[in-house]
Amino acid sequence: MSSIGTGYDLSASQFSPDGKVFQVNYAAKAVEKSGTVVGIRGKDCVVLAVEKIITSPLYEENAASRIYTVDKNIGLVLSGLLADGIKLLSIAREEATNYRMQFDRTIPLKILNERLSAYIHAYTLYSAVRPFGAAVILASWDEVNGAQLYKIEPSGSSFGYFGCASGKAKQQAKTELEKLDLKNMSTEEVVKNAGRIIYQVHDELKDKEFKLELSMVGKEVDGLHRIEPSIWYEMAIEAGNAAKKEDDSDNEV
Amino acid sequence: MVFEDDWMNAPHSTGTTIMAVEFDGGVVIGADSRTSTGTYVANRVTDKLTRITDKIYCCRSGSAADTQAVADIVAYSLNYHENQTGEEPLVAEAASEFRNYCYNYRESLLAGIIVAGWDEKLGGQVYSIPLGGMLLRQEVTIGGSGSSYVYGFIREFFKKNMKKEDCVEFVKKTVQHAMYHDGSSGGVCRIGIIDKNGIERRIYFATDGGSAIQAGN
Repeated sequence: MSSIGTGYDLSASQFSPDGKVFQVNYAAKAVEKSGTVVGIRGKDCVVLAVEKIITSPLYEENAASRIYTVDKNIGLVLSGLLADGIKLLSIAREEATNYRMQFDRTIPLKILNERLSAYIHAYTLYSAVRPFGAAVILASWDEVNGAQLYKIEPSGSSFGYFGCASGKAKQQAKTELEKLDLKNMSTEEVVKNAGRIIYQVHDELKDKEFKLELSMVGKEVDGLHRIEPSIWYEMAIEAGNAAKKEDDSDNEV
Repeated sequence: MVFEDDWMNAPHSTGTTIMAVEFDGGVVIGADSRTSTGTYVANRVTDKLTRITDKIYCCRSGSAADTQAVADIVAYSLNYHENQTGEEPLVAEAASEFRNYCYNYRESLLAGIIVAGWDEKLGGQVYSIPLGGMLLRQEVTIGGSGSSYVYGFIREFFKKNMKKEDCVEFVKKTVQHAMYHDGSSGGVCRIGIIDKNGIERRIYFATDGGSAIQAGN
């Protein structure tokens, strides 16, 4: 039985004989080509970091961002096809506004995750649509629920994480994350590790330029989701550069 | 016919006294039990303390039909929300939902509602939603036609963080004074005490001497 889906990969509404929905696998492939993104949950913060690959010097500095704010204490990071991800961002924002309209408070991340997952999953069921070629990482912090981190795949399945990664160097980033004691990690350590991991997994030979994108939500940023808050951002870049220098000197020996 | 106007055609309305008070550990809610149709008492043992969830109740005043309908809709919605999320709704969420209906339909509704209850996040809370659909959190609030007679009493005797029984006594006295002076309030004084364990209900009859007897739960 061929697992290159001859005949069975044209529609998301049909299984192949060996039980696959090929359109969903292809969507996952689209995510694997994307620049690496990580989400790290510390003791009282979550940090999101992105290796944004710059394909041309003609783009403005902030073009093609992958980190966005959904609500005041909810951050979202995208990997995969950016246009698909932006659509998911607008759905997430819509859910957050509707919840606020009805109940006068911020949507709990658990519920936002459920709603967005269900939405993404619906696009894996019908022949008239294709699945989203994007994975989404959601992050939040509040006084009651603490730090929370979820990742949703193009299939619509999602889990809560202490640390997660997506994109090109997902495997390498996960290996780095597994070495850390995330549950007790201070905000400073989380930020430094985020910077370090993104700089480490960046492949200088394949992709020349990249920009570190970083955001955080947590106790030490007044419970708000802040994109590239200057002190913390510099701290991450510094940690990144230090890691890179160490790598380079290793190579010389 | 001379008798025809007024009560024969008047709508049922809870010309009422209702109140709610936050205390140390929960809330006490209270109401009289009269439903009038003009001058006719349509029901003398009405229950105006209406369940929304186990730990969130509302006190209804205004049109009986309007307030029952809104309370039913909100109770349904919050039950759905509770099933979907697996968590007990917050009092503020219930109040917000009541406000949305009261504000959006302010031209057609006659409803003055007090939402009160207990949740894990903020403990005992009282929210008042008067006629125009404003939402306001208060430590103590009164409503209905009878409330005009007891604003002075409230101002004089309300204290923050009362003990439970002191709070019950305060609510009981306030409602009874209002029932005495207000023609459209009367019957018995119903009281609910909501804390982390749910509600305890009491009924106090208004006796001749003005003192009260506690009846079952």
